[in-house]
Amino acid sequence: MRFFLADWSRGKEYKKMDSESERSAGRDQPSGNKPEQSFGSPETRRQFLKKFSVTSAAMTLGPQLIGISSAPAAEKTAQVTAENAVDVQLKVNGKDYRLKLDPRTTLLDCLREHLHLTGSKKGCDHGQCGACTVHINGRRVNSCLSFAAMHDGEEITTVEGIGQPGNLHPVQDAFVSHDAYQCGYCTSGQIMSAVALLKEPCGPEDTDVKEFMSGNICRCGAYPNIVAAIQMVRQNTKPQKSA
Amino acid sequence: MKTFALTRATDPAQAIATASKAKTAQQGAEIRFIGGGTTLIDLMKLNVEQPKTLIDINRLPLDKIEALPDGGLTIGAVVRNSDLAYHPIVRKNYAVLSEALLSGATVQLRNMATTGGNLLQRTRCMYFRETNMPCNKREPGSGCAAITGANRGLAILGTSEHCIATNPSDMNVAMAALEATIHLRGPKGERSVPIADFHLLPGNTPERETVLEPGDLITHVTLPPPVPGSRSLYLKLRDRASYEFALASAAVVITVAGGKITRARIALGGVGTKPWRSNEAENELTNQPATPAVFQKAADAALRGAKPQSQNGFKVELAKRCLVHALKLATQTA
Repeated sequence: MRFFLADWSRGKEYKKMDSESERSAGRDQPSGNKPEQSFGSPETRRQFLKKFSVTSAAMTLGPQLIGISSAPAAEKTAQVTAENAVDVQLKVNGKDYRLKLDPRTTLLDCLREHLHLTGSKKGCDHGQCGACTVHINGRRVNSCLSFAAMHDGEEITTVEGIGQPGNLHPVQDAFVSHDAYQCGYCTSGQIMSAVALLKEPCGPEDTDVKEFMSGNICRCGAYPNIVAAIQMVRQNTKPQKSA
Repeated sequence: MKTFALTRATDPAQAIATASKAKTAQQGAEIRFIGGGTTLIDLMKLNVEQPKTLIDINRLPLDKIEALPDGGLTIGAVVRNSDLAYHPIVRKNYAVLSEALLSGATVQLRNMATTGGNLLQRTRCMYFRETNMPCNKREPGSGCAAITGANRGLAILGTSEHCIATNPSDMNVAMAALEATIHLRGPKGERSVPIADFHLLPGNTPERETVLEPGDLITHVTLPPPVPGSRSLYLKLRDRASYEFALASAAVVITVAGGKITRARIALGGVGTKPWRSNEAENELTNQPATPAVFQKAADAALRGAKPQSQNGFKVELAKRCLVHALKLATQTA
């Protein structure tokens, strides 16, 4: 049991570090198409994986491919000049971006591949799992089921925009303190839904929260802790008028 | 996904002129209006729909919900499901519509999905969504894989030998019981269609789902004034408590005076190839006392024409019990 507890808490440390570094990776992009910095510390998991895959490709395929492989994959996608390309202006987490996009680019792919905001996750890519949940003009939506070009001039908020390490949104804080995740893949979507829920006409009971959170699937089954985390935030932020 | 040209419409007339160049407004249309996109983008990712042109209608001035002078309500085509469900007039006068909307999909999807789009929601039949399988709706003449295949969730009313696909919308069922009118603007001008005539039975042409012709734009939906003293509700039965399509559902708008049912409007969901208005059930209820025996007779009448398939026979009894229970709840004295 001691071993189990030790492993469990260490696992949680890793998760925390990982999600913090991913969040800061997203936040460090001052403009649309700046490549991710692979120098200096702390290195993100994403940057580490990219470097690692370049090295292994070089070892497998020989030196002639190194030049091609060293360009980050996301960069290449961003530079493709597509047929029917559309000009799009988006305000994401308070920053303005001007983009030229293939009209097929979903809002999710735009955020992840073009703006390198990888906090929003691609799960099912069909609006069924909620991992891609972001806010458009303050309302939560499935970013995988919407074309980015349909949101010209609109304000998008992703998980990178609601809190930062050291200054977490109360919902992020509650998710950490309630252990409201296991693998963490659905977590940013859960958090974006939960943040929106605070302003939605959701009833007071756990069953009401479950209904309002039904668009976010957690295959690890962290549901009870997710509901508890959300209820704690709602309890703490209740408008205290009378009494 | 096949590429397409995206145009952002600012003027309905221009959008209609562009769309009227399409050969069809039905399955496989090469020009499509896009609202919330929750059905269309999903089907484009599956290559079930491959439009060459998308006309984004979200900026058109069709986003208002307004009370009509006669006491009814007008609902713009791009009004989002969430906004409609929580509108104070809808909650007060058309509870069945609010309940139906809130029983469908998720908050995220309801924040995107539009009123016009929901009227055109496509079936969830897995053979329609899987391009490797035959499907007369997707590819006329290819056959129906569902009749001999996995048909547990599919229709038992309004089917044909060519198609048994269920209309999946909850909103449509409520709209059918409320006798909504759908207002269209097309290349030849404006026209309005009662919801009962808007959706078509599959018959020999399951690829034709509605009366829409190329260039027809749904501009708004109107609801008649609420009937004084009436009560309405939506009851949905499904495999999960949330975020699941109906196996059977019932929309009920009923008026009881002096122990007698003076008026009833009944529609069923999850069991029909279109939103299933049941005049048969209404006839059994009208001028009868609001008793379980009468409700049972109405339910039997509603399902009399049911044609169950190999896996969905249970829907006959489920739909009956759903309607009986809905009627009980709607006529209960508080």
